[in-house]
Amino acid sequence: MGIIKAVDLAFEYIRRDEEGNVEGITRAVDGVNLDIQAGDFVAILGHNGSGKSTLAKHLNALLYPTEGTVFVDGKDVKQPENIWDVRQTAGMVFQNPDNQIIGQVVEEDVGFGPENLGVPTKEIWERVEESLKAVGMYQYRKHSPNKLSGGQKQRVSIAGVIAMHPKCIILDEPTAMLDPNGRKDVIRAARALNQVEGITIILITHYMEEVIYADKVYVMDGGKVVMQGNPKTVFSQVEQLRELRLDVPQVTELAYELKKSGLPLSDGILTMDELVKELKLLKKK
Amino acid sequence: MSLILDHVNHIYGEDTNLAVAALRDINLVIPDGQFIGLIGHTGSGKSTLVQHLNGLLQPTSGSIYFNGQDISDKDFNKKELRSKVGLVFQYPEHQLFEVTVFQDVCFGPKNLGLSQKDVEIRAYNALKQAGVKEEQFYQSPFDLSGGQKRRVAIAGVLAMQPEVLILDEPTAGLDPKGRDEILGQIKKLQKETGITVILVSHSMEDVAEYVDRIIVMNKGAVMFDDVPKEVFKHYEALEEIGLAAPQVTYIVNRLKKEGVPVDTNVTTIAEAKDAILKVFKEGFSPC
Repeated sequence: MGIIKAVDLAFEYIRRDEEGNVEGITRAVDGVNLDIQAGDFVAILGHNGSGKSTLAKHLNALLYPTEGTVFVDGKDVKQPENIWDVRQTAGMVFQNPDNQIIGQVVEEDVGFGPENLGVPTKEIWERVEESLKAVGMYQYRKHSPNKLSGGQKQRVSIAGVIAMHPKCIILDEPTAMLDPNGRKDVIRAARALNQVEGITIILITHYMEEVIYADKVYVMDGGKVVMQGNPKTVFSQVEQLRELRLDVPQVTELAYELKKSGLPLSDGILTMDELVKELKLLKKK
Repeated sequence: MSLILDHVNHIYGEDTNLAVAALRDINLVIPDGQFIGLIGHTGSGKSTLVQHLNGLLQPTSGSIYFNGQDISDKDFNKKELRSKVGLVFQYPEHQLFEVTVFQDVCFGPKNLGLSQKDVEIRAYNALKQAGVKEEQFYQSPFDLSGGQKRRVAIAGVLAMQPEVLILDEPTAGLDPKGRDEILGQIKKLQKETGITVILVSHSMEDVAEYVDRIIVMNKGAVMFDDVPKEVFKHYEALEEIGLAAPQVTYIVNRLKKEGVPVDTNVTTIAEAKDAILKVFKEGFSPC
């Protein structure tokens, strides 16, 4: 069994009017099965309202399944006695950096998590140091978080999660509010954690370019997983992705358009290197 | 109806020892009916600049003229300026508050002291222009999707009938289709009504696709101010200040460097496709 396993997971919101009467039920997650292996980099795509964030909140027990089960590192999230273990195994980073930083000084903010776990003081400081170094924010440890840019704040949020020593980090649109540089830094930090530390990463995003290095991509629509596979397989299906209100990276779209116009290129080209290589080969013929 | 910025400087905390120069000697002319992209990395002065355009901030030195009048003049009507220059902030849907979509959009014109009938006509037109469907007019704005909420918020500003519409990252947090829909709607609106649009954006791909002119800000000063093609020719200089050209510009430049004689004057996918196909058609055509 993988580090995160969802079996026939479903979640229903009960919608109520102002007097509290039940108006209806929304099935936000509908029969999702996931099996994520330790050490994988997994991306979840889907349009606004497709159920991505609701799904993510099940993975560290912020929401409980209406039907089905989620296991995090073998532990059932529905059992109350597992909740602390689950939250320590799977840490979460949200979209808005301003909503998740509480410390007055960067290093205090990062130390907040381990402090609450009852980690001895000396070890807290060691963890703060290694976490800030892992996301490239160590030189800002004495700064006030207010004075940081969005991308820097988001990396401090990630450091705060790493300091809890999770096996898995769930990032829910961590780059939506950032500029291109901030975005690059956050994604680079996430990839480094995955490759160097072997931490499982689950990335939810609307930026297709951030997904091309993932081991596996899940695409959601109407609470269901409608496509899954490696980035190449998923991004080969340009038309289907468009129907799901999504997109492909510009390189992939250009290759797709060129192919449609008769150039014999392969499907699902993801990087500039691949496209340039294939075009040069064509030119030589 | 134009905006002119003449040697505008803005210094935050001028009389303290924490003074920060946010705008340095800005000279710009913003004529009627242009679609302008304003780009620059975080902290480059974009937001400070747009807040000057409707008088939310005053220049420390220099002048801003709206239709020939200095907006710092004591007898200048600031209230009118704010209804003529509409500013849509980031995440504008957080500012929705009314019970129904229609009432929310009525709020602005109602405060102009118009008759109930005029208020409703303006709200109706604004919602149509922003692409909100009629069946949603009497729903709670909080029941709408992210993209729909944002349209309602934009309609709220359009109902003031501005001559200049400034949008600060209108597509942040939306899915790709939602991004295209909002920008397409704004482009259509700009074409049909001749309104001036200033789009603050982090997405070079969007800017390349939609705008007539790009203003690049760096460290509080204007670094480039030209049509997209000319601006993106400086892609190496843009990278140095934390920006980039659209991905396709890099592709054609790489191809050229590696010996494929392709036209590098390209900023959109459609142009890249044509440029590459042209090379291959010439290459493949039988002699």
